[in-house]
Amino acid sequence: MAAHAPFERHIVEMENQISKLRELASKGGVDMSRELWELVAKLDTLRRDTYRNLDAMEQVQVARHAGRPYTLDYVRGIFTEWFELKGDRRFRNDEAIVGGWARLDGRSVMVIGHQKGKDMKENLRRNFGMPHPEGYRKALRLMKTAAKFGRPVVTLVDTPGAYPGFGAEERGQAEAIATNLREMARLRTPTVCVVIGEGGSGGALALGVTDRILVMEHAIYSVISPEGCAAILWRSADHRNEAARALRLTSSDLLSLGVADEVVPEPPGGAHTNPEAAMTAVAEALTRNLSEIDGADPEELVARRWAKYEAMGAWQETAGAGGAS
Amino acid sequence: MAWFKTQKKPLTSEGRRDLPADVFKKCDGCGEILYRERLVRNLHVCPDCGNHFRMPAACYVELLTDPGSFEETGADLVSDDPLNFADLKPYPTRLRTAKEKTGRNEAVVTGRARIEGIPFALAVMDFAFIGGSMGSVVGEKIARAGRDALERATGLVVVSASGGARMMEGIFSLMQMAKTSAVLARLHERGLPYVSILTHPTTGGVTASYAMLGDANLAEPGALIGFAGPRVIEETIKQELPQGFQSAEFLEEHGMVDRVVDRRQMKASVATLLRHMQAGWEGRD
Ligand SMILES: [Zn+2]
Repeated sequence: MAAHAPFERHIVEMENQISKLRELASKGGVDMSRELWELVAKLDTLRRDTYRNLDAMEQVQVARHAGRPYTLDYVRGIFTEWFELKGDRRFRNDEAIVGGWARLDGRSVMVIGHQKGKDMKENLRRNFGMPHPEGYRKALRLMKTAAKFGRPVVTLVDTPGAYPGFGAEERGQAEAIATNLREMARLRTPTVCVVIGEGGSGGALALGVTDRILVMEHAIYSVISPEGCAAILWRSADHRNEAARALRLTSSDLLSLGVADEVVPEPPGGAHTNPEAAMTAVAEALTRNLSEIDGADPEELVARRWAKYEAMGAWQETAGAGGAS
Repeated sequence: MAWFKTQKKPLTSEGRRDLPADVFKKCDGCGEILYRERLVRNLHVCPDCGNHFRMPAACYVELLTDPGSFEETGADLVSDDPLNFADLKPYPTRLRTAKEKTGRNEAVVTGRARIEGIPFALAVMDFAFIGGSMGSVVGEKIARAGRDALERATGLVVVSASGGARMMEGIFSLMQMAKTSAVLARLHERGLPYVSILTHPTTGGVTASYAMLGDANLAEPGALIGFAGPRVIEETIKQELPQGFQSAEFLEEHGMVDRVVDRRQMKASVATLLRHMQAGWEGRD
């Protein structure tokens, strides 16, 4: 793992120590198995402690970690019979969002997710996972295809946000997102969203109006990036730590605020240290949630979805009769 | 979101020292010094160049409704502070300041009224209240206006003016986009008309939810309308934006709004649209 966050420094140091010992042991024939075993146990404890006590901005760094599994990793790791469907039939194929048919636990589903690149070259092609309007329009086309055949929709959210560019505005970024919100609200098929990394504002929500919202333990979901929020409200991006805390964007915050239905646990040290384990946990949560809602009357699903979203927020009515939350 | 970045047209007259700001106002469009009274009588539109000044929410309600027909609803809904949010100022302080400044509890006025005799539900956003930002109360009031339209089988008209989502309510403010869109989905399915009016400025989460979802989208001349604010785009693409980018006229040209409508024709335009779309009102003029 090349890049690491500042709070991972001690972990990385211990990892290096372990690999040096291993090398020594194999070269010199010296028995160091006890020392090694102790170090590995120590590393495990260190990882658990570090990741249990991350502050909000550190969570943001983990959520953005380049080693985390992305949508196509999940597609390869936990789904079978993948068949990608491309393009919005209007303008072009936006590679910041991928989608297609896949199979999970025997069930045909439409998988749609943001896709970041693994290296600079891929990131340029995928625009760092920041979609243009045509990406959202492709996503909606695929959702409607799924509903047409009575198949559930699984969305994987991982984006810094919708792209704020010239062409995006020209082609109606706002309209594309708005239309997805309205159409997802009335989609006659079961829908589950998993926030697998970065849930960046409206660009994330445009794939996120679903029957169930699952958030991975170290994923985040926020109305604005901590940097953007700090720049506006604190007048300097240097205050991103305060902003990250204030925004209540971690998985446990989202669960306690009632926005997330479930937090999917990650292996100690985060999904990037053990992608297989992270993906297995997501597969389990998805399968369980899908079997709970698949087969339900579509009209009932939609009515429940409306009720859920219409109750969101916190307000008070001053003239007596208390508000909702 | 960037509600004070987008504020291009200052509300107060920079005026000359000898011109009291409460009597005169300088037009940003043509530079003319206007009698405030004359400007107000002309619906805050410059009589010389047609520049649309921002108009207080109460005036917009008056503009769109038949005299005496407006019944306000939800005026006593107030923002909670669900996150205990504090930046340089605590959120409750910002709310208190906004209330004192506007004499209003939140950034939207809602109610029911008639327009040329046609009953309808109305919501008018108030940019003066924390940049017209959408938090839980704005979302709830828009949702209630929508439900009111559903219950009485009328149309819904929303006049938007907003910098976007209200950051101080975190994820709840984002979810208001989904909430308001869900209510509009119900109107859509019931075949009840929704007219969206976009005024200066409408950006961020409000544009990316109810403001763009009208059966007809109308925009005031010169209004700034977009998803991202112009400064954010310029920082992203490292280029200056051309004149008129994200203007109402630009959006009309690019197929995002149906028509740019002068404020002085707004009432007649909305009434015509409702007569065309609202069941039981066709052919009555
Ligand atoms: Zn003028």
